[in-house]
Amino acid sequence: MARLVVLGGGVAGHTTATFAAKWLGSQHEVVVVTPNSKWNWIPSNIWVGVGEMTKEDVTFDLAPVYAKAGITYHQAKAVSINPEGKDDSDKPFVTIEYTSADKAGQTETIEYDYLVNATGPKLNFDATPGLGDGNGQMGEHTVSVCTADHAVHASHKFKEAIEKMKKGERQKFLIGTGHGMCTCQGAAFEYIFNIEHELNKAGVRDMADMKWISNESFLGDFGMGGLHMKVGGYVVSSKLFAESLFAERGVDWLIGAHTSKVEEGKVHYELLDGSTGEEEFDFAMLIPPFAGVGLKAYNKAGEDITDTVFAPNGFMKVDADYTPKPYEEWKASDWPRTYQNPTYKNMFAAGIAFAPPHIISKPMKSPNGTPINPTPPRTGMPSGIIGKAVAHSVCDLITKGENAHLHEASMAEMGAACVASAGKGIFDGQAAAMTVYPVVPDFDKYPGTGRDTDYTFGEIGLAGHWIKHILHYLFIYKAKLNPGWTLIPE
Amino acid sequence: MDQKLVEEEINFQKSDKFNLTMIPGKFARAMRTCVIWQFIRFIVINIKMIIVVGKSH
Ligand SMILES: Cc1cc2nc3c(=O)[nH]c(=O)nc-3n(C[C@H](O)[C@H](O)[C@H](O)COP(=O)(O)OP(=O)(O)OC[C@H]3O[C@@H](n4cnc5c(N)ncnc54)[C@H](O)[C@@H]3O)c2cc1C
Repeated sequence: MARLVVLGGGVAGHTTATFAAKWLGSQHEVVVVTPNSKWNWIPSNIWVGVGEMTKEDVTFDLAPVYAKAGITYHQAKAVSINPEGKDDSDKPFVTIEYTSADKAGQTETIEYDYLVNATGPKLNFDATPGLGDGNGQMGEHTVSVCTADHAVHASHKFKEAIEKMKKGERQKFLIGTGHGMCTCQGAAFEYIFNIEHELNKAGVRDMADMKWISNESFLGDFGMGGLHMKVGGYVVSSKLFAESLFAERGVDWLIGAHTSKVEEGKVHYELLDGSTGEEEFDFAMLIPPFAGVGLKAYNKAGEDITDTVFAPNGFMKVDADYTPKPYEEWKASDWPRTYQNPTYKNMFAAGIAFAPPHIISKPMKSPNGTPINPTPPRTGMPSGIIGKAVAHSVCDLITKGENAHLHEASMAEMGAACVASAGKGIFDGQAAAMTVYPVVPDFDKYPGTGRDTDYTFGEIGLAGHWIKHILHYLFIYKAKLNPGWTLIPE
Repeated sequence: MDQKLVEEEINFQKSDKFNLTMIPGKFARAMRTCVIWQFIRFIVINIKMIIVVGKSH
């Protein structure tokens, strides 16, 4: 009997664990270690953040789902990995620390035959003074929609702002990224347009000044270097469409900005041209930069080998080409295919937890040397596809032996469908429905735009909103392992 | 003086940045929430997405 331990029960980890449990059956054991008792459909946190959904609408209890799937579940966070075992045993193991109310703080070790690290991002609020509280949590000046609880808090603050506007007090909304090295611009983009939509519905749009602040060097970069689409006989950059939407909705923008400090009602920033400035706000939602969750690794002798297993940003090294090289020499083939750790072959990373070889957007620095560029997004669809490919590989390794062929899912060969909400409403909602193919541009294969413009498109409208809303129910249905769940694609 | 006010064009004047981009007119905006047209787009977008999802697995 082999044991697969999956660290993290988010999009990637949940996909890996549930497919592995289905394919391996009861002959082998699948264990999930994840600190939350609930699964969260993170994309719908945007709607929680404007009060259009509740926390209960976007979460469900994991325990009964894992019980149904025959998965052993530990509500705990992984602390360290010993891939060579320790002292008298060669058996690799992870050390976990419980987070459940009954066992909080207790530690335990779990041996594994295969390990999948799908721990997602650490929300690194403290990278920007004032954005964090100094203890790793969100600070008091801004709000966030990265977790369901953050989104609930954001919705309360948003309601307060609306009340103030109704009483005649103008409010300034500042939404975007809280550091020069952030990713996830798409989430901030959704939030600012959902806020704008809700302000219109509340009849107070004219009392609001709205501004976007972002580390993208142009609007519509989204951490993917932008994308090109065929429209009206032209091939057009996403920059034009993003700027058009901002202008249409009367939302001002500040781009190429590294948020260097946050204070009560004010952010300080540095721009790509090296200049600095300040922006005041009454309500701010700034996405924090992401880092690995800080797992440690030790060899058999107990020596720290974290640097061998993880990249400096804390994400796990996989089969990517990490050789530092200039932008002009970046290749699609730099990107990982199997997500296997190069040192320990029974270890994989899936979703945000794997270390990308480099960013996707063009690297940029201010004259002061401050890097101001988006880091690569690993959105839901790629995270799910990678999670499933890794599950496939591990199952084959277990059932066919250690020479089994590994399954591949390179982000330079897969597309992503993304639906960015711009306001919720069955008849007046809108969303930008987009696909990119491939996620990582391949300029050798597609000279010019780096992508296949037959499969890269985007359009905004009510249809996009319907799709986003249906996906909300569909993915929660799938994650609950309801009948037919395997038929719903990642 | 008679004024020809086109509501969708007002934002061009609000900032230089807005002035240098494109803003959809009345028809394009109406089509975005026109249920019949959007139902057709819903089918088209779904087909396109299914193709991309299929190519990615
Ligand atoms: C507000 C918002 C909106 C978004 N909207 C979209 C969208 O519309 N479309 C889209 O495609 N993507 C969207 N994304 C991105 C999407 O949520 C991520 O791509 C996806 O969640 C990544 O999956 P993951 O499994 O790598 O990480 P996660 O889903 O974050 O899962 C990581 C899991 O690991 C757990 N964990 C953390 N530390 C440890 C530890 N030490 N030990 C064990 N477990 C640990 C976490 O609790 C979590 O359960 C959005 C993101 C945000 C923040």
